[in-house]
Amino acid sequence: MDKNAPALLEVDQLRTHFDTLNGTVRSVDGVSFTLQAGETLGVVGESGCGKSVTALSVLRLVPTPPARHGGEVRYRGSNLLALSEKAMRQIRGNRISMIFQEPMTSLNPVMTVGRQIAESVQLHQKVGRKAAMAHAVEMLRLVQIPEPERRAGEYPHQLSGGMRQRVMIALALACKPEVLIADEPTTALDVTIQAQIIDLLKRLQREMGMGVIMITHDLGVVAESCDRVVVMYAGRKVEEATVGALFERPLHPYTRALMASMPALNTRSRRLAEIPGLVPAPHELGQGCAFAQRCEHAMPRCRAETPVLDNHAQQGVHLVACFAVDRASHTPSLAAQPEAAP
Amino acid sequence: MPRWLRKHPTLVVGGVLLLVMVLISLAAPWLATHDPQDIDPLARMKPPSAEHFFGTDAMGRDVFSRAVWGGRVSLIVGLSVALLATVGGVVLGLVAGFVRWADNIIMRLMDGLMAIPGILLAIALMAVTRASLTTVIVAITIPEIPRVVRLVRSMALSLREQLFVEAAHAVGTRLPAVLSRHVLPNMLAPLIVQATFVAASAVLIEASLSFLGVGVPAQTPSWGNMMAEGRNFVAVGFHIILYPGILLAITVLSINLLGDGLRDALDPRLARQL
Repeated sequence: MDKNAPALLEVDQLRTHFDTLNGTVRSVDGVSFTLQAGETLGVVGESGCGKSVTALSVLRLVPTPPARHGGEVRYRGSNLLALSEKAMRQIRGNRISMIFQEPMTSLNPVMTVGRQIAESVQLHQKVGRKAAMAHAVEMLRLVQIPEPERRAGEYPHQLSGGMRQRVMIALALACKPEVLIADEPTTALDVTIQAQIIDLLKRLQREMGMGVIMITHDLGVVAESCDRVVVMYAGRKVEEATVGALFERPLHPYTRALMASMPALNTRSRRLAEIPGLVPAPHELGQGCAFAQRCEHAMPRCRAETPVLDNHAQQGVHLVACFAVDRASHTPSLAAQPEAAP
Repeated sequence: MPRWLRKHPTLVVGGVLLLVMVLISLAAPWLATHDPQDIDPLARMKPPSAEHFFGTDAMGRDVFSRAVWGGRVSLIVGLSVALLATVGGVVLGLVAGFVRWADNIIMRLMDGLMAIPGILLAIALMAVTRASLTTVIVAITIPEIPRVVRLVRSMALSLREQLFVEAAHAVGTRLPAVLSRHVLPNMLAPLIVQATFVAASAVLIEASLSFLGVGVPAQTPSWGNMMAEGRNFVAVGFHIILYPGILLAITVLSINLLGDGLRDALDPRLARQL
């Protein structure tokens, strides 16, 4: 990966705020990251921390109003947030695609899966019905669905969850996009199917040279598939590092807590550490670090000021937004014995 | 009989009854023993006989022939109103469900329409137009539309949040295509059921309008007209209103049975319970 190449996708100080009767909800509040071609960027965080809204905002799929966007999302230099709706439709599904979390409900129940893929091909390419259908069958073959010709004529309810997620991937990749946003692509699947889907995504990414944004709360998925990771908390980015650096030396107390709450195979079973409390509701956010209430290292300063991202890397880039980085990283963490990376 | 039909007896009974009524209406020119308009002053108020199956009315017209012809009016009105109200309701309902600013305007208009009893609104509409089959159909359609709009809007609101509709947007589909390919096909079953109930109610309202004298022109044989003319002679010629009444009841019953049967047959959740 060439570090100096212009980024494929640059998200710059993205804000997605919702105006509600109870005040402004800052679901995404000044998030920045870049994505290179061929790279997988993980976006990690608990439920409700703004991962999905970030993904939807990149494709401008959050209805405005009630949402308001700020900042920029640059794809090959042009700001997607400023494009016309028509130009945006040319990008959705064509240049930037998305896979959703629930394969059970993201396919139209009354349309055959082949037809659904063919539709999306016909939207972006000037091809006939037959050619689009042939392409759909090819896509189904690419995502390793057995007997693609027969399966193309079936309805979603005739397929298993794993198959449906494969169909979703085929649908998302049908127009050979440059960026794929995968919003928890494996959450609703069995563990064995999860591994298959991750492997499939990795293989297709290599073959097609896509940039992938992998949104997940599963650190196992991150370790397996990502190059770099962004950790989000309450609508903000709190840490960003390469996968190796993050697992070896997690710096933000939230990241460390997330890792501690993961079961490890090489230790005797004991009670998993949990993070007390919940992600604060976005409209409850006030002054200071959003994690302060739940943080074991919180200082008075944490409640008064909002920490900004600082580079704490010995080499390269390891951004952390925390006042207590030094204190936190010197306390032995439960996750301090990372499994040997394969 | 195929198995799925045997599991839905109401569907079969309703369908067969309605089919019989449709066939009778279609075959009216051949079934009718007399010209429905023919007046025979010598054979007034005759009870049913071999010559006049259902007897004759106060002007000596053959009740059987008029009843057979009258079915056409009822069925044409039922079918047209069901079609028109469904199409109009789908368009308005989809717009209300998907276009935020239009929602309030359309739904408050519909609330306004629903506040007026349907038959009253139809009478009012008939009062400002000239009586004909077309105006009757329009006058019945307008009060029926709000029911369809409400149904379509509520289904549209829930379908709008479905992931596959969002996914359709995410691959760059235009709104009209999303509506016609992804939203509308997913609401067909309840719509068909609703359409049958609209048809049944339209048949009844048409008969009521004719009975009240504001329906189809008085010389047109329709069940409502026949009963309106017969009501003055109930004591001496009960048969004049009896037969059109029975036919009307059978027709409405058959459409309602068909609707109930369709609802059970098309709703997989209900089917499993039964």
